[in-house]
Amino acid sequence: MSSGDATLLAARSLSKRFGGLAALDGVSLTVRRGEIFGLIGPNGAGKTTLFNVLTGLYPPDAGEFMFDGERVSGLKPYRIAARGIARTFQNIRLFANMSALENVMVGRHVRTRAGVAGAVLRGAAARAEEHGIERRAFELLDYVGIAARAAQPAFGLAYGDQRRLEIARALATEPKLLALDEPAAGMNATERAELARLLERIRAGGITLLLIEHDVKLVMGLCDRVAVLDYGMKIAEGDPAAVQRDPVVIEAYLGGALA
Amino acid sequence: MRWLGCIAVAALLIALPFAVDVVLGRAWVRIIDVALLFVLLGLGLNIVVGFAGLLDLGYIAFFAVGAYSYALLASPQFDLHWSFLVLLPLGAFVAGVFGVLLGAPTLRLRGDYLAIVTLGFGEIIRIFLNNLNRPYNITNGPQGITLIDPLAVGEFALNRSYTIAGFTLAPVHSYYFVFLACAAAAIFVSLRLEDSRIGRAWIAIREDELAASAMGINTRNLKLLAFAMGASFGGVAGGLFASFQGFVSPESFALLDSFMVLCMVVLGGMGNVGGVVLGAALLTALPEALRYAGPLQKEWLGEIYVDPSDLRMLLFGLALVLMMLLRPAGLWPSTMRRRELAGGGEPGVVR
Repeated sequence: MSSGDATLLAARSLSKRFGGLAALDGVSLTVRRGEIFGLIGPNGAGKTTLFNVLTGLYPPDAGEFMFDGERVSGLKPYRIAARGIARTFQNIRLFANMSALENVMVGRHVRTRAGVAGAVLRGAAARAEEHGIERRAFELLDYVGIAARAAQPAFGLAYGDQRRLEIARALATEPKLLALDEPAAGMNATERAELARLLERIRAGGITLLLIEHDVKLVMGLCDRVAVLDYGMKIAEGDPAAVQRDPVVIEAYLGGALA
Repeated sequence: MRWLGCIAVAALLIALPFAVDVVLGRAWVRIIDVALLFVLLGLGLNIVVGFAGLLDLGYIAFFAVGAYSYALLASPQFDLHWSFLVLLPLGAFVAGVFGVLLGAPTLRLRGDYLAIVTLGFGEIIRIFLNNLNRPYNITNGPQGITLIDPLAVGEFALNRSYTIAGFTLAPVHSYYFVFLACAAAAIFVSLRLEDSRIGRAWIAIREDELAASAMGINTRNLKLLAFAMGASFGGVAGGLFASFQGFVSPESFALLDSFMVLCMVVLGGMGNVGGVVLGAALLTALPEALRYAGPLQKEWLGEIYVDPSDLRMLLFGLALVLMMLLRPAGLWPSTMRRRELAGGGEPGVVR
């Protein structure tokens, strides 16, 4: 398969069990190149588990997934990152005591090569690479709008800035697919609007987005297609407006009482 | 201005052993030599504990591996007398291999669990050295290995005194310069590693291993690299120690020595190269300085009330407690540790 293929990510019958609980139960989905794909569902539906499987943090118990034409399910997280899937975390996981700039520089690790000899001897190649890392990291901070915070330790940043920093760090790995786990959580309306613009810009730059989000307005405004998970199963997929009207989806969100 | 500072520091360091010799006596020059070895050990452990965040309580084992590698291949034990130019790199390499041997099975462990396994590893090495004299005598058991070759190039051996232009260059002086050069190299390597792609990856693993792996860092290889690099510093220090003492035995590599090195790292300022150097210097000098507790008692109180050796360790312990209370991030903390203790937080938990 070539990279001209319209399908970027194809998951087939992914399952993941934790003890007796089926966190993911035969989930299949397809993400196309260049789209913003939304993953929604009630709390505990398995969205984050799916993210963890797709980024290699959990091996799937059954099923497999192809990324960019190659089978990547079961690979270690760092290998999946090298293939081009980057992510952010629902409960922000920055390198708390490193500066914002250093956080993004860590993201460049997977695209750079210098080893111990390069670090100690600092030859021309190693120096050039190090400059490149720093320059790119700074550009990315600027891109997400927090260049002024470059020298601050990550833990000291405002909440919204921490979310942006996580995005910048993920972008530093040069992903083809950027997976965002509730990027708008804890943001106010203005910040959400800014975030939506940032995500649009990232997509315009050629990166496909996979988005877990609770904010319906954001999902409807931003996503080309959405999939709905409930109790580890996919119950709907398609155009956001159609999915929103789907009685099965309404039932899942509002429970049996109103149905 | 900067050059002037460098020249002044260099002149100071060159004059130091001779000045100390005149003012405090030759025993103190020896103490400075030992302190420099501890600088090497502290910096090695700092890579593992300070940078990569892997708590190692058996670090002295790598010192032992380096010391015995040197001792076995440069002594009458097997009648081998290899040059230190081969043996010091070899010691670094062998210790590095042992570092990987310790690291590989403990990759999944963190914090206290890792600490317990490394503690066991340290003891295993010591007990092996103690018992590898039967059925074949390799290490000579508890008696240790004697008559180890000094560092020597041709006829010039460091265990002899030389007189140059009226200056007496005793063995403690010549070893001082060798150790100083090694410590300087270790400082240089540490600083460069810290501010590099590798160093950032180690610190990222320390801060949040899971996030680091999701960002594309091969945490397994980098943790093994940290163990190997840290251990190789210990291996070099061990070789230098063996040649300096001319004698090694398992009792030089006890649990307490591992803790001492860890204390130097933590107390000096974990993760900060300057802090570790300071910690190593202070914690080597302090117990020696406290030997004066006996004579001073006699002088001031007319009689020795508390056994000097007891009092010495008592005061040492007290000093450790006080230092940790007053400066919890270490005497000279890294900027990151300062941030952490100034309300930052737990690595990995941001909120």
